[in-house]
Amino acid sequence: MISPIGWIIIWIGVFFDILGAVGLVRFPDVYNRLQASTKCVTLGTFGIMIGIFLLKGFSPMGIKALICGGFLLLTSPVAAHALMKGSLHFGTKMWKGSVVDKYGEDKLGGEQIEKPKEEK
Amino acid sequence: MSSIIFSILAIGGFLCLYRIYQGPSISDRAVGVDIMGILFVGITALSALFYDLSYLMDLSITLAMFSFIGTLALAKYLEKRSLDD
Repeated sequence: MISPIGWIIIWIGVFFDILGAVGLVRFPDVYNRLQASTKCVTLGTFGIMIGIFLLKGFSPMGIKALICGGFLLLTSPVAAHALMKGSLHFGTKMWKGSVVDKYGEDKLGGEQIEKPKEEK
Repeated sequence: MSSIIFSILAIGGFLCLYRIYQGPSISDRAVGVDIMGILFVGITALSALFYDLSYLMDLSITLAMFSFIGTLALAKYLEKRSLDD
């Protein structure tokens, strides 16, 4: 009974992984890409780890998969936030359709939104 | 089944490589490197499952740690701070 559930969770994880990679290519600027791909790929890889744990049970491989999943769940959002703060301080502009940037107004002295090009 | 799963994940890796090659700024390349690291963690764990080799799971944990440290170093570089700050 456990084995089909494990395979289904692994397939859900692979599906989220490929969705995150597609989002990395398709979205317009670095912040949208970071949000889409980091969330999707973290959930996908965590799903793969949980599926391996369900398939293998309390064997050494299953316990290691659980440890690796917990580590990913702890560290991947930290890395994403560090990258976002770094790229804001680096001066990467947001997409021109963005609405508001409170962090830029507070810390960087002005919104970091890219101006739309003048139409002639 | 293993070939289908590995093909899908490899397509994801090639999409990340496209973003690393194409990306307009350094931040895009850093994001691509981060995502490709986490994808490789998944690929390593799945190969540990399919080939029944338990030490590949150790490699997967180590790869996750190195990917995290590398991403933090890239973020510090983007923020124009030195690495021992």
